[in-house]
Amino acid sequence: MRLHEYQAKQVFSDAGIPTPASELAGTVDEAVDAAEEIGYPVAIKAQVHVGGRGKAGGIKLVDDAEEAEEAADDILGMDLKGYTVDRVLVEEAVDFENELYVGVTMDRGEGKPVAMVSTRGGVNIEEVAEEDPDAIAREHIDPAFGMHPYQARKAVYDAGVDREIARDVASVLTTLYQLWDDRDGADAEINPLMVTSDKDVIAADAVFNVDEDALFRQPELQEMEEEGEFAESELEQKADEYGFDYVRLSGNVGIIGNGAGLVMTTLDLVDYYGGEPANFLDVGGGAKADRIANALDMVFSDDNVDSVVFNIFGGITRGDEVAKGINQALEQFDEIPKPVVVRLAGTNATEGMEILNEDLVTVEQTLESAVQRAVDYAEEVEA
Amino acid sequence: MSVLVDEDSRVIVQGITGGEGKFHTEQMMEYGTNVVAGAVPGKGGQEVAGVPVYDTVAEAAEAEDADTSVVFVPPAFAGDACFEALDAPLDLVVAITEGIPTQDMARVKRAEGETDTHLVGPNCPGLITPGEAKLGILPGNIFDAGRVGLVSRSGTLTYQVVDSLTQRGIGQSTAIGIGGDPIIGTSFIDALSLFEDDPETDAVVMCGEIGGEDEEQAAAFIDENMSTPVAGFIAGRTAPPGKRMGHAGAIVSGSGTGTAQSKIDALESAGVPVGDTPEEVVDNVEDLL
Repeated sequence: MRLHEYQAKQVFSDAGIPTPASELAGTVDEAVDAAEEIGYPVAIKAQVHVGGRGKAGGIKLVDDAEEAEEAADDILGMDLKGYTVDRVLVEEAVDFENELYVGVTMDRGEGKPVAMVSTRGGVNIEEVAEEDPDAIAREHIDPAFGMHPYQARKAVYDAGVDREIARDVASVLTTLYQLWDDRDGADAEINPLMVTSDKDVIAADAVFNVDEDALFRQPELQEMEEEGEFAESELEQKADEYGFDYVRLSGNVGIIGNGAGLVMTTLDLVDYYGGEPANFLDVGGGAKADRIANALDMVFSDDNVDSVVFNIFGGITRGDEVAKGINQALEQFDEIPKPVVVRLAGTNATEGMEILNEDLVTVEQTLESAVQRAVDYAEEVEA
Repeated sequence: MSVLVDEDSRVIVQGITGGEGKFHTEQMMEYGTNVVAGAVPGKGGQEVAGVPVYDTVAEAAEAEDADTSVVFVPPAFAGDACFEALDAPLDLVVAITEGIPTQDMARVKRAEGETDTHLVGPNCPGLITPGEAKLGILPGNIFDAGRVGLVSRSGTLTYQVVDSLTQRGIGQSTAIGIGGDPIIGTSFIDALSLFEDDPETDAVVMCGEIGGEDEEQAAAFIDENMSTPVAGFIAGRTAPPGKRMGHAGAIVSGSGTGTAQSKIDALESAGVPVGDTPEEVVDNVEDLL
């Protein structure tokens, strides 16, 4: 789960990391009022989870009320890579000399957290990591002890940060690690950490991704997630409501299955047989009839979808429950909105096939043939 | 012969009194697994599925001479359950639970490093030596005893491949689901080296997926250390960057590491044939045998 920039800044600022003065605005008037209050120049920044906001026109620097009004009017309501902007952060523009990078993440290969510092902030750090890995100082943290103070200092010195500000940067890194550790962070990042001409450091951007599996013990972050849902698409909100692992893609063959690896494989096969997957939808293990019906509702409500392939290999999921769910979902229609191809295997598959109303769906015996059939249907609709 | 689990394994089920724990204990016993005890705090003295329940894992291990544990404990408490099993101590701990916080698993993994215990999972279907014993939730009826080992990050994808193998008359020595989380106890390399040392395994199927670099490291290991042939499959070729595809660990990073293509290339350059479809994987196994 990713916090919005304004939320991450709030969390960082509460923990004592310096951030620029800022205010959230939902209308042009609110944005101008905020800009007047903060004092020019200010940056007006779209609050959506999209990388490269600046390049896409989602961040503008303004010098007076007229420019603020124009920029807020441009950005509010704009479409940024499929997301409509309905909040902006109005923020004091910081005059800086240098831009650093500070981050904490889990190194999954090592199974340990890693703290990172670089003097090459302000640019895409993943590109820096690729071109010049030595430009980023890394310090692995023993999860049993947490970060020792010397490790923060070492990362800062190894990165070649100016001695005058080394102590302040180490302090920001220490706080960031503590936050990451206490609040079940997945990634915590400040890029750039700006250095002003007075040698102050200030977090000009803030990224905080939370481990979704740990949200149950982070009630405050859970509230922020709910509050931040304004920037989700209707389909994403529906997936949250039903509790599905769902990812929307750009094709027209809808996919429902159980188990991440098998659903990914089904997507890949759609592509392999010349179709384009419309989504990833995993109903999870042990899904009952209601959940199966919800999954069909979910995929039917995507306008891009022309056909659906339903592939279940039952381990703890039972074929009879799946069949009941499919019947339940389809029997309510006078006319089935989109052709559905079903393949059932594993636990109670035979019982499921007996229950399944074959007037409503096309049944296939193998994964490969089911996918091919769904791709054919989608092509017929498009033709 | 087989790896990690056989008919002599003496098994504790942690969380045996829960719905999942009880159901799968019965299923495991029906398959032939020697479940000797349950461990649930506060439930000591009860009996579930005909086996005694103890308050602690240490007590259960000592009283019933157990060497293995299967963890069916809810995610908030599963990290603690793993620590308890590591501390008992046991030879093998299999964590089935999905949704354990990553930072909890980093600490468990750290503790595992100081023991001789094998940890499999979490977020995995478990493992099975067909005809002898199964640990976890795999549907036993699709497996058949034989000489092909299988290691996979995904449960249902394993079932898909195993079903095809069995239908074509190719039995399995042991199948290990290593789990779909970013931090797991047993890596591909760990599982592959067990199969390499097993005289009863003639070939290995390895099913990987997007995310991390475990498959790339496994490819290097195969190239340098394995004489047993390996057939590969990688799920997630069509996954977009930055999106978690069901499994917490199945994500292509924004900078493009962890892609299916990188894993396929690594495996192929190590001489591992990678199938485009699950059926093709089984074709490749037939060729290797």
